[in-house]
Amino acid sequence: MAKNPEYYESLNIDYKPPRGNWMDRPVDIKSGIYCYPARPVVLENVGMNDRSDWGKYWVIEDEDWELPDDWKERFLNKMRDMLDKYRTFKIYMDICVRCGACADKCHYFLGSGDPMNMPVLRAELLRSIYRGEFTKTGKILGRFAGARKLTKNALKQLWYYMFQCSECRRCSVFCPYGIDTAEITIMGREIMNELGMNIAWVQESVSKCIHTGNHLGLQPQAYKECIDAMLWDIEDNVGITFEPTFNRKGAEILFVTPSGDVFADPGIFTLAGYLMLFEHLGLDYTWSTYASEGGDFGYFTANEMAKRMNGKIYNEAKRLGVKWILGGECGHMWRVLNQYMTTWHGPIDFLEEPVSPITGTKFENAKAHKMVHIMEFVADLIKHNKLKLDPSRNDHLKVTYHDSCNPSRGLGLFEEPRYVIKNVCNHFYEMPENTIREQTYCCGSGSGLNASENMELRLRGGFPRQNALRYVADKYGVNMLACICAIDRAALPPAAQYWNPDVGVTGVCELVANALIMEGEGERTHNIRGFEIATWEPEP
Amino acid sequence: MGVKVSLGVSLGAVLAIVVVALVGGEVSALQPVFGILVPYAAFAIFLVGFIYRVVDWGRSPVPYRIPTTCGQQKTLPWIKQNKIECPSSTLGVIGRMILEVFAFRSLFRHTKAEMASGNIVYGGSKWIWLGALAFHYSFLIIAVRHLRLFLEPVPFLINGIDLVDGMFQIGAPTLYLTDLLLIGAVSYLLVRRLIVPKMRYISLANDYFPLFLILGIGISGVLMRFFIRVDIVGVKELAMGLATLHPVMPEGIGAIFFVHVALVSTLFAYFPFSKLMHAGGVFLSPGRNLANTNRAKMHVNPWEYPVKIHSYEDYENEFREKMKEAGIPVERE
Repeated sequence: MAKNPEYYESLNIDYKPPRGNWMDRPVDIKSGIYCYPARPVVLENVGMNDRSDWGKYWVIEDEDWELPDDWKERFLNKMRDMLDKYRTFKIYMDICVRCGACADKCHYFLGSGDPMNMPVLRAELLRSIYRGEFTKTGKILGRFAGARKLTKNALKQLWYYMFQCSECRRCSVFCPYGIDTAEITIMGREIMNELGMNIAWVQESVSKCIHTGNHLGLQPQAYKECIDAMLWDIEDNVGITFEPTFNRKGAEILFVTPSGDVFADPGIFTLAGYLMLFEHLGLDYTWSTYASEGGDFGYFTANEMAKRMNGKIYNEAKRLGVKWILGGECGHMWRVLNQYMTTWHGPIDFLEEPVSPITGTKFENAKAHKMVHIMEFVADLIKHNKLKLDPSRNDHLKVTYHDSCNPSRGLGLFEEPRYVIKNVCNHFYEMPENTIREQTYCCGSGSGLNASENMELRLRGGFPRQNALRYVADKYGVNMLACICAIDRAALPPAAQYWNPDVGVTGVCELVANALIMEGEGERTHNIRGFEIATWEPEP
Repeated sequence: MGVKVSLGVSLGAVLAIVVVALVGGEVSALQPVFGILVPYAAFAIFLVGFIYRVVDWGRSPVPYRIPTTCGQQKTLPWIKQNKIECPSSTLGVIGRMILEVFAFRSLFRHTKAEMASGNIVYGGSKWIWLGALAFHYSFLIIAVRHLRLFLEPVPFLINGIDLVDGMFQIGAPTLYLTDLLLIGAVSYLLVRRLIVPKMRYISLANDYFPLFLILGIGISGVLMRFFIRVDIVGVKELAMGLATLHPVMPEGIGAIFFVHVALVSTLFAYFPFSKLMHAGGVFLSPGRNLANTNRAKMHVNPWEYPVKIHSYEDYENEFREKMKEAGIPVERE
C-alpha cells in the first residue's frame, strides 16, 4: 500500500477564522473555486432567466457584472415571493441562533478553511439581507441586529458562496432546529437565477436536457449507440449477446437512470450491470431516449425548471403504457424523485403500484410514486434467492461504501445497498462512523459543481471523504469505493486520483454484474471493465 | 464592527436598563411605571408578538415534504426502519419532535472536527449539548418556581419543585441548584462565544444581548435573595395584583427588585423580534416535523402550477429520421 502523498501530510488547513467582522470582508473571488457563468445564448432555447431582456454577457473578473438596471427590485421581489411560498425559507431565515453546531460539518469548510463556508455564515449572507430588507428590527438597528442592505458586493459574495454549497444537507443533520442549508442555497440560487446568475455547467446541462432529454446532449441514435457499445463489451467479457429495447410501448417497466451512466467511465460499467441484470431476469422493460436523464439539472436553477425536466419521466411512462418505473443509481435524482416528483405531477393514476415481476414483492413504500430504487429492487431479488451469485469473483476487491448524500439524507436509503454489496463481495469495510450513513460526506462536486474550472474547490470539498477513504485504505487495504450516484462516479475518481491514487470507484450494480452467474455465460476470466480479474489492480 | 463593539453595545444596553430601573425604582412616583405598566406592556408584546409570529409561519405553505432523513427509510419488510430518525407515521414524527425539543437530539450528535497532521480528527463534544440543556431546563424550572408568587394557595407541585431544587439546603435562605446552573450555563454560552474563534466570528450583537440580559436577570435574582434583601411580602402582593388584574403597588420593596423586573420585561418584549423565537420555530421546522412518506402518499402543494414540458411529439419531430435510421420506434412514420 502506497503511503500518503507528501502533500497530504503537509496539508494544514487552518480552521481559525480571521479577526474582524465578516460583513467587512472584501469580495475576493478566486479562480479554481468559482464556476464560469452561463452564456445567455445557451438558454435562448430554454426561455427562462436567460438575460435576454437586457442581453449582457457576464464576466466574473469584471467589476461590473452587467446586471439589469432594476436588479435590486427583481432580487427583492423574487425573495419576497419565495418567503411567501416556502415555510422552510421563512423559518430558516428567522430562527437560527448561531450556536455553531453546523460550523465544522461542511466538507467545503473542512477542505478550505474559508470561514464563509461554515453553513451558518453561508446562510447569514442571505439572512443578513433578509433582516436588512424585510424586518423592522433589521431596518432600525442595522448591523446591531446583524442586518445589511442588498448591495452589489453582497450579491457577489452571495453568488460566490451559494455555488460553493453542494446542497448535501450534512449540516442539517446537526442543526438543533433542522435548518437545512441546502434549502437556503436552493432559494438563494433561484433568486439569483432571476438575474441570470447561474453557472455554465448547470445551465448548459439544462439546455441539453430540454431538447435531447439528457445532459450530455446525446441524440436518440447516439444514446442507443452508447448502450450498443456496452453490449459489445459484455459480449467480449461475459460471452452473452442480447438486445435491449428502446421506447417500446407495452413494456411492463420503464427504466430511467442518469445519462452519465451511459457515457462516462466508470459509470458505463454500472450501466453494464443494469443491462446484464435485467437480461438475466428476463425483465420486460424498456429504455427511453426521450426520458433519458434521471438527473435533474433544473433543480440547481429554479423549482419550475426542475419540474420541467422531471416531467418527462411520467410523460414517457404514460405514453409507453408501462406499469411502473425503475430508477437507477443516482443521487440528487432520487432526492427529487422522493421529495418533489409526486407533488409536482401527482396523483399518478396512470401507473400501477409497483410489484416485482420476479419475486411478487409489492413495493408499498412507493405505492403513490410508482418508482422503485434499483437497490430496493436488487436487495429484494437477493433476499428471495433470485440471483445466482459468485462473490468470489470480487475477491480481488476490498470494498468500502460511500453513502451518496441525497439518497442518505433525502430518502433514508442505507441498508439496501449494504445488503447488496455484502452479498456480492466478500470483503467489505465501513469508513469511520462520522463519515457514513446520515453523516456521510459529499463527493465534493454535487449540485452542479462538477465543472473543470473549479477543480480546486472540488478537490478541497472532496477531502473529508477522501480522508476517511484513506483511513480504510491504510487500515484494511481497501481498493474500491462503491457508490450509488452518477455524480459520485464522475467526481470521486479525480478526487481519488489526487488524494487516494490506489483506490478505484464503482457503482454497486457493477459489483453485482461481476458476481452474477448468467445462463450461457462464457468463462469469466475478465471483469466487465475488460481487465483480467486475477491480475487487476483498480485505479481511479 | 468587531467583537468589542458588539459586546460593548449589548452589555451597554443591559447596563442602561439596570441604571434606569435603579433610578426609577427609587422614585416612588415612578414605581407603578416599573412595577405595573412596564411588566404589563412587555407581557402583552410578548403574547401578541409570539402568537403573531407563530401564526404567520403556520399560515405559510409547506409546498414540498423535505425532511432530513437521519435513519433507514421504511422499505422492504425485512429491513428494519428507523422509526424515529426517518419517521413514516405521525407517531414517529411526534417521537422525533419530542427527542428534539426535550432532549436536543440533533445537538447531541455534535462532534468537533480538527486537523491533525493532515487528517481530520473527530472528537466527541457534548459540552454544547450539556450547556444548552442545563440552560433551558434551569430556566424552565426557575420560571415555574416563580409561579408561587402569582398563585395563592401555592400548588403542591410548585412547592415540590421548590423543595427538590433547594434540597442541598446550603445557606439560609436555601440556595437553589437551578440558580447556580442557570448562571453557570449562561456564562458558559457567553464565554464559548468569546473564546472559540469560530464562535466569535459568527456571533452578532444580537447573540450577546440576550445572554447579557439573562445573566443580568439571574444575578439580580440571586442578589435579591441573598445579599440585597427585598420585602418578599410586598413582592407577592404586587405579583398577585398583576396576576388578578387588580394591580397594587406596595411601598418599600427595594430598588433591586425593579432592576430584576425591568430586565425580565425587556426579555419578554424582545422575544418575538429576535432569534429567541426558535422556541416556537422548532416545532414548525419542516426539516424535522414531516414524515418521509412522499412515495407512499402524495403531498399536495397549494400553489403548484402547470409548467411547459418539452413534449415527446416535439422531440420526435426533431429527431424522427435519426430515430428511424437507428431502429428506434416512432409514433408517426
